[in-house]
Amino acid sequence: MEITKEIILKHNLTMDEYEKIKKILSREPNITELGMFSVLWSEHCSYKSSKPLLKELPTAGVHILQGPGENAGVIDIGDGLAIVMKVESHNHPSAIEPYQGAATGVGGIIRDIITMGARPIALLNSLRFGSFDNTRTKYLLNGVVGGIAGYGNCVGVPTVGGEIYFDDCYNDNPLVNVMCVGILETKHLVKAIAEGVGNPVIYAGSTTGRDGLGGAAFASKELSDKSHEDRPAVQVGDPFLEKLLIEACLEISSKDYLIGMQDMGAAGLTSSSSEMASRGNCGMTIDLSLVPQRDNNLTPYEMMLSESQERMLIVVKAGSEKNAINIFHKWNLNATVIGKIDSNSFLTVKHKDNIVAKVPTKALTDDAPVYKRPSEKPNYINNIHNIPVDITHTNENYNDVLLRLISSPTIASKRPIYEQYDFMVGTNTLIAPGEGDAALIRIRNTNKAIAISIDCNSRYCYIDPYIGSQIAVAEATRNVVCVGAIPLAITDGLNFGNPENKEIFWQIEQSIKGIKEACEKLNTPVVSGNVSLYNDTNSIPIHPTPIIGVIGLVGDINHITTLSFKNKDDVIFLLGDSLEEIGASEYLKTQHHIIAGQCPKIDLKLEKEIQDTCLSLISRGLIESAHDVSEGGLAVTLSESCIKGNIGASIIIGETGLSNIAQLFGESQSRIVISVAPHNLYEAITYLEYKEIPYQQIGMVTSDNYLKIDKLINISIDNLKKAWESLKL
Amino acid sequence: MKYAVVTFPGSNCDWDTYYAVKDVMKEEVDMLWHGDNELGKYDCIILPGGFSYGDYLRAGAIAKFSPLMKEIINYANAGGLIIGICNGFQILLETNLLPGAMLQNKNVHFICKQVYVKLNNSNTPFTNAINKNDVLNIPIAHMDGNYYCDIKTYKELEENGQILFKYSDSNGNISDNANPNGSLANIAGICNAKKNVFGLMPHPERAVEKILGSEDGKKIFLSIRNHILQSKN
Repeated sequence: MEITKEIILKHNLTMDEYEKIKKILSREPNITELGMFSVLWSEHCSYKSSKPLLKELPTAGVHILQGPGENAGVIDIGDGLAIVMKVESHNHPSAIEPYQGAATGVGGIIRDIITMGARPIALLNSLRFGSFDNTRTKYLLNGVVGGIAGYGNCVGVPTVGGEIYFDDCYNDNPLVNVMCVGILETKHLVKAIAEGVGNPVIYAGSTTGRDGLGGAAFASKELSDKSHEDRPAVQVGDPFLEKLLIEACLEISSKDYLIGMQDMGAAGLTSSSSEMASRGNCGMTIDLSLVPQRDNNLTPYEMMLSESQERMLIVVKAGSEKNAINIFHKWNLNATVIGKIDSNSFLTVKHKDNIVAKVPTKALTDDAPVYKRPSEKPNYINNIHNIPVDITHTNENYNDVLLRLISSPTIASKRPIYEQYDFMVGTNTLIAPGEGDAALIRIRNTNKAIAISIDCNSRYCYIDPYIGSQIAVAEATRNVVCVGAIPLAITDGLNFGNPENKEIFWQIEQSIKGIKEACEKLNTPVVSGNVSLYNDTNSIPIHPTPIIGVIGLVGDINHITTLSFKNKDDVIFLLGDSLEEIGASEYLKTQHHIIAGQCPKIDLKLEKEIQDTCLSLISRGLIESAHDVSEGGLAVTLSESCIKGNIGASIIIGETGLSNIAQLFGESQSRIVISVAPHNLYEAITYLEYKEIPYQQIGMVTSDNYLKIDKLINISIDNLKKAWESLKL
Repeated sequence: MKYAVVTFPGSNCDWDTYYAVKDVMKEEVDMLWHGDNELGKYDCIILPGGFSYGDYLRAGAIAKFSPLMKEIINYANAGGLIIGICNGFQILLETNLLPGAMLQNKNVHFICKQVYVKLNNSNTPFTNAINKNDVLNIPIAHMDGNYYCDIKTYKELEENGQILFKYSDSNGNISDNANPNGSLANIAGICNAKKNVFGLMPHPERAVEKILGSEDGKKIFLSIRNHILQSKN
């Protein structure tokens, strides 16, 4: 087949990129080779727009065993154990086919964890949908939630946490980011490497079919009215097969003869073979005639680009292939040798005795063009800082405002969603969804637990991507602190629009700069991540959405905290400073339908001090509850602690110089509401004074089942609960 | 005293059950592979929860053809104790060791939550450590837990005291509101006429430690221990 300009452009390659391929090969590529370059050089696989920026992120730390570059990051937690984690997006597939898009997103991220030799122990998800009233939103929401449940429940990995926001900017481009956390014995850490000339390459798992053909290329362009025509690019998942694959891969991970293992994810056989060989600085030959196939008419092009799910590429020591294959056969899985490691530096692909592709491995993985895209501060930002209503003189009924806020889809209880997820399987879930600011998973046979949270307020990032991204890191880490864990590391899921648009690229630059500074100050390196660009529909971009997943370590499970108020007469404190900040708030969005104003400020030094203080109070056993102040402000935070505790609170803030709206619903950062039992009061106050952090004693937990805040709010907990539990899918 | 937990392809509560029996109840327990053809000597066999064969065709429908199931049916017919939890219950229905069938939950969604179940008959190997009408707090996690049988079967179940647990509220009131999945007469768990085979949709192995929210599930394992010790004396 002759490679025409039309074919090149259809592969989402530029003519300049094509010239570069020709130069590398010193000849014209054939169609199979063109396909292989097109997927590995896609934005999705090559990070060609974001690479220079990502290099700036802090990735090292004493407890970091593996930073970015492998299938997932690895963090040492002592006792010979390590935690593996990563977040990944499946946005475009979910926009077209929500159930399978989300399901295969779960499957893919689980395989990234098991390739490291780790058992997956928790799943989280971060979802963005359009306006809740939009009928398509309901369709997408139910499809995505059903897909996550259908897949995650069946494979037996608990879905323990997540977050969901609704905003018009996601109407046609929902975001589905899934995070998986695994655990392994450090000595069994597996890498995705191929080495040792002559060693066999084993294909294991599902058969190869035409599904997901060119998914990586599809994920690297904007959605449009014609995107439904790409539906065949969405893969179909089989969670039962995945469960078998988990068990077989974990069995093989502990074997001395295993060299390396990689999931056939985006760009399937092409990416797994070339990336493994490239890491091992070796060559590899694979014979496509040996690949288990669903359809015997598959062309080499289709096999190399297929994204059929639940497949693994494995390299073992020569002579042990039989033992390895037997493990997969025990679990009724295909496993067969399809190639071997070569001493040269080429990926050689054979089919029916012909060589159908021969490409330098490093050319595919390392030589993708890197673009320094032009950037420019967007115009909209200059006009967004003025709030077009005077909130200091509103005569709103604050009870009504609070009820409206806590029943808004973004704040309301997500029980109808998380009850569809098996969040208990594994019997290690100490803090279940809705009970604390982060999920908490026990580490069996130790006294330790892992806290996990995933967060991003993209409204802040829209108004100020630099500060908004700092807040995303601050809030995610604050959440794990609130259950009693020391934040250890983050994984970032960076979702933006088209990077070729200079205003979007400016957002990406600002956002990564913000993440970098926050991670440095809060001592949480970035160990893994994912970049999803081209989240535009018909050229309308989403808000910048840098999703931050964080894990924290609890050293002693006897000192953990949930968000509910516990006993009457416990004293309530607010840690941190409240400022006259109402910009970018849920209040403005829900009550006035506007996204404007200044993003809340963040002082990372103060944030760290507040987090450290809260953590010390928890580990000293001095507090009964902790809940961070986020969307909806102090009034919403207090409401949630009352609702979950089924108990009232009497709050007296008094004169602070702030407007009532800012006092009740402002979203000033670095604030945590804690409650202290009377017998711990003296010690708690002494400690707070010693730490010299800003704090205020604001009230008491009461038995009268009302939330009262000064003379502004007076609502029964039953009414609050009814509003909070009102979300209908 | 020795338990066995059977792993089918797709079982995912097998190790949770193993830990509950071994680490919490401090009993001996073996893990058995569904493909085995021989069954050793056990005092109680547990078919755990999960998605055996992905719930493809019907929940439990394919697992019944596993080689070990033939032996397990012989073991049951000889009076051996079997408890099927969630997917294990579904397998017991498919093998006809228990009567009836599971429909999809009334709300057509998977449901994972803490629920309450009320004991209806304490005179069985699985419930003798619990008082009749006591309420246990045990979680459910299933897609197809909506128990159904015909009226004749239901009458037999009731007359023979085979309905062991019904979904209730925390005070023991049995009502539609307390029924999470639409199950006939709020049925959560039944046994066979000989009272040696027990199926239960809620997960007692998830309720054996205070730190997990409830210890009520231990009462079922305690009952089994009582029964085995008594029958050995």
